[in-house]
Amino acid sequence: MSENGNGNGSGAERKLCIICSKGTLDMAYPGLVLANAALMEGIDVTMFFTFWGLDIINKKKMKHLKATPLGNPSMGMPNILGVLPGVTAMASSMMQKTIEKLDFPPVDEYLEMIHDAGGKLYSCRMAMDMMNLSKDDLFDEVDDVIGAMEFMEMSEGAQVLFI
Amino acid sequence: MTTQAIAGLNLEVDAEGFLTNPNDWNREIAEAMAAELGIELTPRHWEVIEFCRKDFQETGTVPTLRRITKVGGVPTKEIYKLFPKGPAKKVAKIAGLSKPTGCI
Repeated sequence: MSENGNGNGSGAERKLCIICSKGTLDMAYPGLVLANAALMEGIDVTMFFTFWGLDIINKKKMKHLKATPLGNPSMGMPNILGVLPGVTAMASSMMQKTIEKLDFPPVDEYLEMIHDAGGKLYSCRMAMDMMNLSKDDLFDEVDDVIGAMEFMEMSEGAQVLFI
Repeated sequence: MTTQAIAGLNLEVDAEGFLTNPNDWNREIAEAMAAELGIELTPRHWEVIEFCRKDFQETGTVPTLRRITKVGGVPTKEIYKLFPKGPAKKVAKIAGLSKPTGCI
């Protein structure tokens, strides 16, 4: 077993880059969980938040992410009901309560853990412009605002995951 | 399962070198495993190790990293400094426990 996270013991450090492009509660957690798990395994992690993924690192929105059954057949509710007022809020609340009951960290705590473990957090410049956001709107531990080309440079040699 | 000579004893380990029986553990084994991982154990390391063993004895599960930070009171940043790169597995191995299975 090698300690650098690379299973084949070649000595090269394993790198993982996760692009988070969605901002719903059910799509925020996969990125956070995988990032943290990778860090626990000794893998170098960079997260890039773009488009709706910015909601995950947006101070005003990160504690109020939503999940909707509308257009989401996996949630098992017919769209004709999913469209009713209050249904999204209810589904989000139910999911949030399950997360709390299982004692999973909320989004901000997860980001803090990832940051403390050495993970890097970046926001997408283009998406920030589109949504009229500045770095002040973002979670304090976000390292920087970068563009797609910089991300390409950073992710050289890394495994890239798009969520 | 194979046996491996650690700290002068022949111990049963799994494929990744984790002790299969936590009761086989002693401090010399911890020192030997830590040395193998390139870690020099300080009193703070021992606090973490002792917390993990105590927690395992009390709960029957190997504590996850989050439990070590929340219940054990060791901040995440500090754990990664004490046991760099893959702390959850390193702490468990040195403490003579099996790999933690939690996702957090």
